[in-house]
Amino acid sequence: MTAFAHHFSFEFRAGLRNRALVLLNILLPLGFFLLGGALMTGVNPTFYQTLIPAMVFFAVLVSTMLGMPDVLVAARNAGIFRSFHIHGIPELSILAMPALSTLFRVVIVALIMVLLAPPLFGAEMPVNIWAFMLSFLLLVFACLGLGLLLGVVSPNANATVMMAQGIFVPSMLIGGLMMPTSLLPDALRSVSWLLPTTHAMNIANALAYGREAALSPYISALALLAGGVLAIGLAAYLFSWDQQHETRRGSPWLGLLALLPYVLVVLAQAVGGG
Amino acid sequence: MPDPVVTVHDFTKRYGDFTAVDDISFEVHQGEVFALLGPNGAGKTTTLECLEGLRKPDGGVLSVMGVDPTREPRRLRNLIGVQLQTSGMPDNITVREAMNLFSAYHRVAPRLDLLDRVGLDGKLSTQYEALSAGQKRRLQLALAVAHNPPVVILDEPTAGLDVQSRVELHSLISELQGQGVTIILSSHDMAEVEKLANRIAILLHGRIVAAGSPRELTTHGAGLTKISIQTERATVSELTTLPGVTQRSARDGYDIYYSTDPAATVLTLLEHVKKYGDTLIDLRVERPSLEERFLEITGGKEAIS
Repeated sequence: MTAFAHHFSFEFRAGLRNRALVLLNILLPLGFFLLGGALMTGVNPTFYQTLIPAMVFFAVLVSTMLGMPDVLVAARNAGIFRSFHIHGIPELSILAMPALSTLFRVVIVALIMVLLAPPLFGAEMPVNIWAFMLSFLLLVFACLGLGLLLGVVSPNANATVMMAQGIFVPSMLIGGLMMPTSLLPDALRSVSWLLPTTHAMNIANALAYGREAALSPYISALALLAGGVLAIGLAAYLFSWDQQHETRRGSPWLGLLALLPYVLVVLAQAVGGG
Repeated sequence: MPDPVVTVHDFTKRYGDFTAVDDISFEVHQGEVFALLGPNGAGKTTTLECLEGLRKPDGGVLSVMGVDPTREPRRLRNLIGVQLQTSGMPDNITVREAMNLFSAYHRVAPRLDLLDRVGLDGKLSTQYEALSAGQKRRLQLALAVAHNPPVVILDEPTAGLDVQSRVELHSLISELQGQGVTIILSSHDMAEVEKLANRIAILLHGRIVAAGSPRELTTHGAGLTKISIQTERATVSELTTLPGVTQRSARDGYDIYYSTDPAATVLTLLEHVKKYGDTLIDLRVERPSLEERFLEITGGKEAIS
């Protein structure tokens, strides 16, 4: 067994032993799926059309934004990274393992949702399942990057919660998960393009369900891809082995650069008149 | 003399305006147990962390078997085994998983025999958070040496441990030394250092204020010998002057004298006991302990723990 396999095996099992992670990665998304599926389809009769992407993307958001960053911050501040460092575990493994195990868990939760949503709530299956998978993977990539970056730049648990909520709450309110962004006022609709979920929902709507897109799904795909690459690159660049941050290579404010692709989309839309 | 295994030359480390380690130098040779002794904040951990590659020095040269810890961290990993001062392990990792994980990254087979040796063979499936403080330290030591490093760095290895755990760890450290492993340890436990170390450097405010073997350090002080005497009627307490005695005190029923001429002091004391018909209960002639030497060096102004 390679070091990578040992590490992944441990990280995955450790995630299942961690009650907070089990709650955030598995129980909360599935509970919200069951409750939201039952309630929202009653309140909003058209919700069944977007139930699958909305719930799957919610699971991605919770796991990557609320679950993963705090694990990284807690481990760094408890000296676990230092311990890993002296045993020769590279920083890329330290970043990759929580991301991969989060990905693994979110894929399982997404599969359960996709399989149960139609029989339980009459949810509409994607017309193009491959396009849906693409939107899912792009969102996971972008959000894992942001989650890693939060875990790297956040100084403590309180700051992690605040920064994560700064992405999570707007995503829930105006990110297209609970209601279409077309229903939002113009100003809010423009701002919503700063959020990865808005782009993922745009791709799913356009390519997976064949509906009208508010923006070219390819631009959204590019934004998510570039956002993910930038966030992961910045997380690796700004990584530090302990809370003294002596080995950090730059200011944590550089992390804001990860939002650049989304900002460019908003600016391009503003220049192009929406 | 063979080349030193560890070299620290003109090493300086600053945190902002504060100089944690100020231009210190020392060498450690193969098979030695070298101890950095000093109170909290003396610069012991900073020195070790720079040798471990966890921090960058601000000046000087550090080398472990010819490897610069800052420039060649990957090569360094296989040369050193480290037990950090504060435990840094995931709470929910089991003893077996920890051994498997770290061994895998060092590209060696998991050393379950070492876990047996440190008394953790019955705890393989126990999670780290459920281990006692002593078990955690023993696990960390086992993990530190699982890849057979030629140099082992132990930062306060027995801090906070009970007597039994300390004895076990001391035994393990002696065993490693017997295998030719070079050990650098930091401690503020004088008795521990006096027992384990071949050579000691006493650090104070980031500077080495004394260095040498425990015997050299204790005898090269003011050249005082400690004489403790206890008699039935304590008649020696009446003596106001004794040959060679520069300091005196009393503790636990003993009259204690520090003398530059121990033979003359002891003879005078015994003559006095005989002359006044007193009965000798106990008489001890010792060189001062490391703790006393430390207090002498620091003028008694520094607390060691």
